[in-house]
Amino acid sequence: MAPQTKIEPGSARPLDGFLGGLKAGFTSVFQLVLIGTFVSIGTLAHDLGFSATWVVLSTLFIWAAPAQVIMITALGAGAAPLEVAIAVSLSAVRLLPMVVSVVPVIRSEKTRPAGLILAAHFTAVSMWIETLRLAPTRPRPERVAFANGIGTSFTATSVVATILGHYLAAVLPKALVAALLFLTPMSFMTSVTRNSRMLSDRLAFIAGLVLGPLLAYYKVGLDLLWTGLLGGTAAYLVYWFRKGMR
Amino acid sequence: MTWRELAPYFILLVVCFLPHEAWRWLGIMLSRGLDEASEVVVWVRAVAVAILAGVVAKIVVFAPGALAGVPLWLRFSAAAAGMAAFFLARQSVLVGVAAGTGCLVLAELLLGG
Repeated sequence: MAPQTKIEPGSARPLDGFLGGLKAGFTSVFQLVLIGTFVSIGTLAHDLGFSATWVVLSTLFIWAAPAQVIMITALGAGAAPLEVAIAVSLSAVRLLPMVVSVVPVIRSEKTRPAGLILAAHFTAVSMWIETLRLAPTRPRPERVAFANGIGTSFTATSVVATILGHYLAAVLPKALVAALLFLTPMSFMTSVTRNSRMLSDRLAFIAGLVLGPLLAYYKVGLDLLWTGLLGGTAAYLVYWFRKGMR
Repeated sequence: MTWRELAPYFILLVVCFLPHEAWRWLGIMLSRGLDEASEVVVWVRAVAVAILAGVVAKIVVFAPGALAGVPLWLRFSAAAAGMAAFFLARQSVLVGVAAGTGCLVLAELLLGG
């Protein structure tokens, strides 16, 4: 670990960064999306017989809705532990490129490993989108704290929503739960479109929209992994050739 | 506490948390020394965006849980309406999400679903 250097006034203010992140997180449109998503996860856990404590811990420790849906449904159906571990782990592969692309944006020379490990834990689609969008507006030494502020606010809301969903499971109408599940694709589509300024990102998004369901329909193993590698690489190559021609 | 009571928490930690979190730790290791403007990061981000788009499209096409009760054409139409509203409102995520989800709920109520 790098030795702690004395922070000069005005240069690095982690607390400012963290508070700024909390504010950005609590005012983000993703608050609504997370409430909807985690109410539906709490509902699911309740219906399959998991306790409120257990599902809240899953929100805190796993912090990725798709993986939580997979583990709750698989464990609820009595799947073998190894099978569950593989399915959950495969769903988390997408987090790797997210962490690799967000860390270089927020890390500074003074970043401590603990702060970075926490930021990597908070990395999920919502936090990744908002951090890539907003962290560049902050001074670099504040960015890890800023990212962790966003992550803290998102997790806090999601924990409350998980509890709420668990307790409201019996009374929520089905049409409402369907609408809550629709918040995720709708918000991801719009926010990725808004954030994609580079040609490579735009093309990758379109490629993924087409390849994802196509590969899943033809039951290609590891469909999302291939969607990412094929779609993302093709998009990057087009961007690279276009750049070379200029 | 007995094993029966503790087992679900043990499974959460060992079967779910560790295999899941490992990818995040690996991400930190692989990002070492990478510059945010480097070509590798542009490529890796394109891969992440494509996976994300794949996840989105799969949710709409192969709807999970209660969403499966909504017909496919309606899920597509609601997504298209949301995107149209998003662009009309000068790329407002809130307007897009509200319009798309609103259309879905409204159509369901009208169709008596």
